[in-house]
Amino acid sequence: MVDRIADIWGERTPFGRGEHWPVRVDQKLADGLVETDIDRWVQSACVLCSNGCACDIAVKDDRMVGIRGRAVDRVNHGRLGPKGLFGSIPGMTSRQRLTRPMIRVDGELVATDWDTAMSRIVERSRALLAEKGPLSHGFYTSGQLFLEEYYALAVIGKAGIGTPHMDGNTRLCTATAAAAMKESFGSDGQPGSYLDIDDCDAVFLYGHNMAETQTVLWSRILDRIAGPDRPFIVCVDPRMTEVAKVADVHLPVRPGTNQALMNGLMRELFVNGWVNESWVREHTIGVDELRAVVEPWTPEKVAETCGVVPDDVRRAARIFGESERVLSTVLQGFYQSAQATAASCQVNNMHLLRGMIGKPGAGILQMNGQPTAQNNRECGADGDLPAFPNWENPEHVRELATLWGVDADVIPHWAPPTHAMQIFRYVEQGSIEFLWVSATNPAVSMPQLERIRGILDQDSVFLVVQDLYLTETAEYADVVLPAAGWGEKTGTFTNVNRTVHLSDKAVDPPGEARSDLDIFLDYAARMGFTKNDGSPLLTWQGPEDAYHAWQECSRGRPCDYTSISYDRLRGGSGIAWPCNDENPDGLTRLYRDGVFPTEPGYCESFGHDLLTGATVGEQAFRALETHGKAVIKSAEYAPPHEEPSTEFPLRYTTGRTAYHFHTRTKTARSRQLNRAAPTAWVEMSQTDAAALGLVEGDIARVTSRRGEIIVPVRVGDMREGTVFAPFHYGYFDASTEVADAHASAANELTVTEWDPVSKQPLFKNAAVRIGKVADAVGPSDAPTTTASRPAFAGAIRLTIGGPDAEASGVVDRDAWTADRADALS
Amino acid sequence: MMLPVYLGLLQKAEQALAASYRKVADGHGAEPDVYHLCQTLAKQCDQHEQALAPVIQRYGEQPDDEPERLHAVEMSETRTGPVGLIRDLQDLYVLASMVDVTWMMIKQAAAGLRDDQLTKVVGECEGQIKVQLNWLTTRMKQAAPQALIIAR
Repeated sequence: MVDRIADIWGERTPFGRGEHWPVRVDQKLADGLVETDIDRWVQSACVLCSNGCACDIAVKDDRMVGIRGRAVDRVNHGRLGPKGLFGSIPGMTSRQRLTRPMIRVDGELVATDWDTAMSRIVERSRALLAEKGPLSHGFYTSGQLFLEEYYALAVIGKAGIGTPHMDGNTRLCTATAAAAMKESFGSDGQPGSYLDIDDCDAVFLYGHNMAETQTVLWSRILDRIAGPDRPFIVCVDPRMTEVAKVADVHLPVRPGTNQALMNGLMRELFVNGWVNESWVREHTIGVDELRAVVEPWTPEKVAETCGVVPDDVRRAARIFGESERVLSTVLQGFYQSAQATAASCQVNNMHLLRGMIGKPGAGILQMNGQPTAQNNRECGADGDLPAFPNWENPEHVRELATLWGVDADVIPHWAPPTHAMQIFRYVEQGSIEFLWVSATNPAVSMPQLERIRGILDQDSVFLVVQDLYLTETAEYADVVLPAAGWGEKTGTFTNVNRTVHLSDKAVDPPGEARSDLDIFLDYAARMGFTKNDGSPLLTWQGPEDAYHAWQECSRGRPCDYTSISYDRLRGGSGIAWPCNDENPDGLTRLYRDGVFPTEPGYCESFGHDLLTGATVGEQAFRALETHGKAVIKSAEYAPPHEEPSTEFPLRYTTGRTAYHFHTRTKTARSRQLNRAAPTAWVEMSQTDAAALGLVEGDIARVTSRRGEIIVPVRVGDMREGTVFAPFHYGYFDASTEVADAHASAANELTVTEWDPVSKQPLFKNAAVRIGKVADAVGPSDAPTTTASRPAFAGAIRLTIGGPDAEASGVVDRDAWTADRADALS
Repeated sequence: MMLPVYLGLLQKAEQALAASYRKVADGHGAEPDVYHLCQTLAKQCDQHEQALAPVIQRYGEQPDDEPERLHAVEMSETRTGPVGLIRDLQDLYVLASMVDVTWMMIKQAAAGLRDDQLTKVVGECEGQIKVQLNWLTTRMKQAAPQALIIAR
């Protein structure tokens, strides 16, 4: 047994390049239970980070009582992280779950029955559609629902109502991943695979604290590092993360300067002759412009702009330039920062310049932030249309209309889909009067929270909130719908290496809670949405019907699911799309032949100007003569808009800890996880703390132009001049004092601004000042096991879980996994 | 030779466009993308004007002999609300079009004169003006349905 709070990544199972990552089956059962007590195991995958670890849910007396990793699965080879082990079951089984619908009566939310709640929604929806039309409706969903639910929502919104105002919190976490791939390759779809970790010579982690955000994926890298031929690790991150600690080169860039660094790295590739000129000529367009743009970016200039050491830029570039196989991963440090799409495209460019794509070990993982974010993007419950069509291509829209049996005019495609921040702006301006929020908590997760609370509180909007719990957002709702969640419903979801998993229903939901799919289908039926022939728009009876309809929608598109059935997903491993007649077992890596989906009639996007977000348009795109070539997009560096000043002298950035997910709606209900990271903090360097007269645990006020928080100080390993706050800590379980003052959520301070292409908000760039409020009564509660570790360990209590947090992890070096054949071929 | 007149025309148009971008930025600060991009594009216009300076020095300045004709005039004030936003973007579009088409003619003259310095300046600036027009179009397309159909 291992204390998996103290030892986040568990026991090492070292392996060498090209070898098979050994199986280790991690398991946690409820107190006092042993395996023989379990009535049945139900197949699923974990939803407490974006990694997509396959698992089985232990059921006893029709209750979920434990979890274990699935040994056979290509994603995790049996492993689970602390959130999966300790948060999965408590996150669903809390007594605080919503069990009945609620409606607002005389200003108060009161329990009611489904018919009353749904009638109220339908009444408002119909009236608004009649009076104002579809543009009065907005839908803001999640990265937590299942594929079938997103697809249902997409059909309702795009073919039933016909509103362009649909998005998800995926806009906050993963929109840039999709945008960067559309710009470079013509379509969404990660080129690489987790399997590339096993085969690579070097891993570049760009703004990606993998050690905390995808702990099991990081275990795979740790096992390579512990093996005989460890890969080089290069880390771009302003914090001394666990990734940075083991890195061969750590580039602690100033937040907001990623594009300058990338231009410098690519310049080194050109200058040192590390560019595969013939491959670039045959498979890309745009290299000459890139060469010109990066030319001024010498290592010295990069160093000055980014605050790094010039020789470190050279060393990082040399590792990229001289390694045979490099895996790059990208996450929020790039996606939520200035020039997000531009900088993420440059990661793609690095690989294109070396012709290092589609080969074992040479992958790109433009990561996702959530377990089902990929499905939201695929199914079109965010801004996109389902199955990666191009909204600027009338033929694609016509095909969708035919599939759905509606007029093409109904499907909103006359302008770019409305992104989340703009949806909230339309609510603010009073033109969206019906907003349906499902499985997300904008009152804590969106930027500039005081503004968001004001918008949610407006009388002009009828707010429906569908969730497991009465979240901070639900407090503002006109109707609250109790949703069934993970383990209480069946459906599929897909992770960042395109692996599709089935999650079966293990138990009944509490009280009257219903699956999100049931709720959406009920709404569609009550609204009476029909096809052109007069028959109902949606006739699905359950998730598998929805899934079959989705398979048809995906046919022939890059994300082809046609050969992945529920039956095939049961019992074995997840399967990677595209999976069709051509690739009956799915495809581990895309673009093996160096051919990209940029054909104008097939691509998902004609692309954008990276500085402004202006659309390129069909004519200009056709003139590029892409013909299956990747598009090398370049961009000049542009400094972030909010830079430190005399009044606000420190850079402010936000992020995650390993022990919590999102706004802690589930993870705060786990005693192990919550004990490990119970309250918010602000993290700063020794130098900055000393200059401000602050010591560990002092209570500080952090102020930006938009608000303030009052939290304890963690004196840690930040880069000088930059401070960090975790964004998890809202107010549902806070003391009255903290909740009334709105004093702990990091997003009180963040800026309402977004990337011009991906429209992802900039959570990583703001300017703040810090002042002392009170002396420390003890050290802050920030975890000591990860990037938030204290600079001086001294008297600070270490983060441990104790007996409560012991989980088993059984290593089996010979066990077979579904990707073993791939690995050893 | 009328090129100096056109160089003056272009310089004034870039100035008017820059000032108008700044005005729209300030007038629509609640639309952060409009605010920041208008500031960025105003700076681009400033740079265009600077890039023209050495050329103007060589050819000299000459006043426009047709002051009664259509000129690029700086926007005097901005409007409010969703419809005000698209009207203001539309005004910017008209100004930017004027700039764009003037660059086009300067480019022709530069080619006829085999003036490498001027050709280089045109090369650096005209692409940016086209992107500006594309951005204004993209943003208006996005905003128009809501503003014209349903906005309060």
